[in-house]
Amino acid sequence: MRFVILMILTMMASAVTAQQNPQAPPSGNAENGKKIFTAYGCYQCHNYAANGGGAGPRLAPRPIAFPAFTRAIRTPRDEMPPYSLKMVTDQELADIYAYLLTFPAPPAVDSIPALRQ
Amino acid sequence: MAKSKKNGVDRRGFLKGAAAGAAAGAAALVAPPLVEAAGAQQAPPQRPAAVPPSAAQLAAETELLSADGHAMTVENAGSDFMVDVFKSMGIEYIASNPGSSFRGLQESFITYGGNRSPEWLTCMHEESSIAIADGYFRVAGKPMIAMAHGTVGLQHASMNIYNAFVARNPVIIVLGNALDANARRPGVEWNHSVQDCAAMVRDYIKWDDTPISLPHFAESAVRAYKIGMTVPMGPVVLVADGDLQENAAKDRSKLRIPKLTLTSPPVGDPVAVAEVARLLVAAENPLILSGRTVRTEQGMKLMVELAETLQAPVQGGGRNMPNRHPLAGGGSVASADVILGLQVDDLWGATHEFRDQQERSYQTITKAGAKIISISSNDLYIKSNYQDFQRFTEVDMALAADAEATLPSLIEACKRLITADRRRALDERGKKIAAANVQALARARTEATYAWDASPISTTRMSVELYNAVKGKDWALIGGGGSRLWNIEKFYQTPGGGGAAAVGSGLPISVGAALAHKKFGRICVGIQQDGDLMYAPGALWTAAHHRIPMLLVMHNNRAYHQEVMHLQRMASRRQRGIGNAQIGCVITDPNVDYAQLAKSMGLYGAGPITDPKDLAPALKIAVERVEKGEPALIDVVTQPR
Repeated sequence: MRFVILMILTMMASAVTAQQNPQAPPSGNAENGKKIFTAYGCYQCHNYAANGGGAGPRLAPRPIAFPAFTRAIRTPRDEMPPYSLKMVTDQELADIYAYLLTFPAPPAVDSIPALRQ
Repeated sequence: MAKSKKNGVDRRGFLKGAAAGAAAGAAALVAPPLVEAAGAQQAPPQRPAAVPPSAAQLAAETELLSADGHAMTVENAGSDFMVDVFKSMGIEYIASNPGSSFRGLQESFITYGGNRSPEWLTCMHEESSIAIADGYFRVAGKPMIAMAHGTVGLQHASMNIYNAFVARNPVIIVLGNALDANARRPGVEWNHSVQDCAAMVRDYIKWDDTPISLPHFAESAVRAYKIGMTVPMGPVVLVADGDLQENAAKDRSKLRIPKLTLTSPPVGDPVAVAEVARLLVAAENPLILSGRTVRTEQGMKLMVELAETLQAPVQGGGRNMPNRHPLAGGGSVASADVILGLQVDDLWGATHEFRDQQERSYQTITKAGAKIISISSNDLYIKSNYQDFQRFTEVDMALAADAEATLPSLIEACKRLITADRRRALDERGKKIAAANVQALARARTEATYAWDASPISTTRMSVELYNAVKGKDWALIGGGGSRLWNIEKFYQTPGGGGAAAVGSGLPISVGAALAHKKFGRICVGIQQDGDLMYAPGALWTAAHHRIPMLLVMHNNRAYHQEVMHLQRMASRRQRGIGNAQIGCVITDPNVDYAQLAKSMGLYGAGPITDPKDLAPALKIAVERVEKGEPALIDVVTQPR
């Protein structure tokens, strides 16, 4: 019984934490996010590999926290074009974010002979 | 029946008389043919022997008059003298697509002049001719001739003339034209003739002239060279009238070629230079922004000396500083208390943040009270129509002078002001900048690991693999490719930037730069944009035909990608769908096979390469081909940016 109570309390605590933690990303469909990443032109400045380029910063792996990610897209502060709800839904943003979370960490720099200088 | 040109005083007769009269008081005489021209007249051994003329042909060719009394042959054509003029100035090459309006001059270059110094480079577009000359100047430091029709040829050429003008690079543009309406062939020659050739491009050349006599031509050719090479440099136009080219030069022994003496670049006023030095030495965080400052190897050494004297960071890259120098890069506009702009074309842009949103906005990013100093020759020469002069910049001091030429006096003025105590403080600052640069290099290496194994291939990996393929050799970049991950130590290892972002200029500039490197045996490499190449890919053929060794690695993102981003921006602002942004901007369906394109023009070609693991082996083979004297192209399918 004590164990069950403990479990319930733990679950309640987790739910509260999730509601109170604005950093937690929503659930998203990474497969759809991958499609949107191309269809909506994210790759144009950030590359298909999301590694960034001369026109936009690197997005993955380890994307910025979801709230900051959302702000950067909805109300960009720099040269980034704005993407309103009319252009990209919140769910689509979550899907893109889920896709960015799938990128693996890069190889260690010293493991790449061409970068040993 | 047409009036005989042998009768009456027509314009041709007038020109002949004018030429002889104008030369009568000449102090130095030309003794044609020139020694080098005579030596160069020997036919190249690989040419097939000419078929001997028949007796009838011989008779026809040696007849001076036709049956109705018209002149049929000419001795001492005026264009032979024109060739002597160009030879006197040490011009090595002429880049041109052949054209009837300068047929006389072309024949003189290749036969009378022996096709040596200058040598004729066969080009497939006048746009290529100009940019090949531009690229050659960037490395050789001296101009080449680019020849074109005064009408249709110049229309083709105009975009890259503007590009060279904005880069302040001299090109001697020689235009063929037929001024005398009475002597024009009917039809095409009328279409190809114009009252004022240079009018079309006068907004973006430094000077032009239409000589009407051979002495006039000689004087204006020398003047054109001198003006083109005077800082701020730029393209110049010289019109070679058809009659002047094709009619005989009367009394050649009296024609004179003026002496060419180049003008030394303007140096900053000593009083102003002393004040600049005072501000720089007293500054806590000075920053040197360097644009098109360095034109010579010595200039790069001077820039290093200034940076080390002040222990100040130099931003600007390119050929201004060895890019691994501890003071190359670093610092920031926002933290600087004194900003020295050396030959910076857009100092306003460097000191402001501009947002390209629906409502455009900007703000200064300089620190309150920061002093801004400009040393630039741009203030000495400006035109109105084309807006390449950029936004007006409010500065605290402006020296209208050539930055490189001013460096020695500025360095000395700084050294005189630096006490032992100040020296210690400056050295401490330099150590911090150097440490920051070490960290920046480490970050760049780490950043390169992202997408290292991606396909399409990351542009960083492409650049790094290219560097690794040549880094142990005497290499030079002739196009894009350099970054912090390259160790660029020598002035000639980068081609120098500048220009009007003219798409289509990159490939021929690379060819011209590689041509200038050829005599030194350097391995020339560059990263080539796909959209740029497709404007006038015939420049590849020119490289193959003239055996110009170079390796181009395609940054093949299959799009005019900058424009895709602009379309994306418009679509986002208007909120009516993003999916169409690629229409009109991508180069797909079908994909261009650049390796096949290169092969078809006689280059070694490989690709398209999509697996990054295939890149290094392909580059190794291509570099070996280049070392044997061939031009080569590797097609690499890349990430967009």
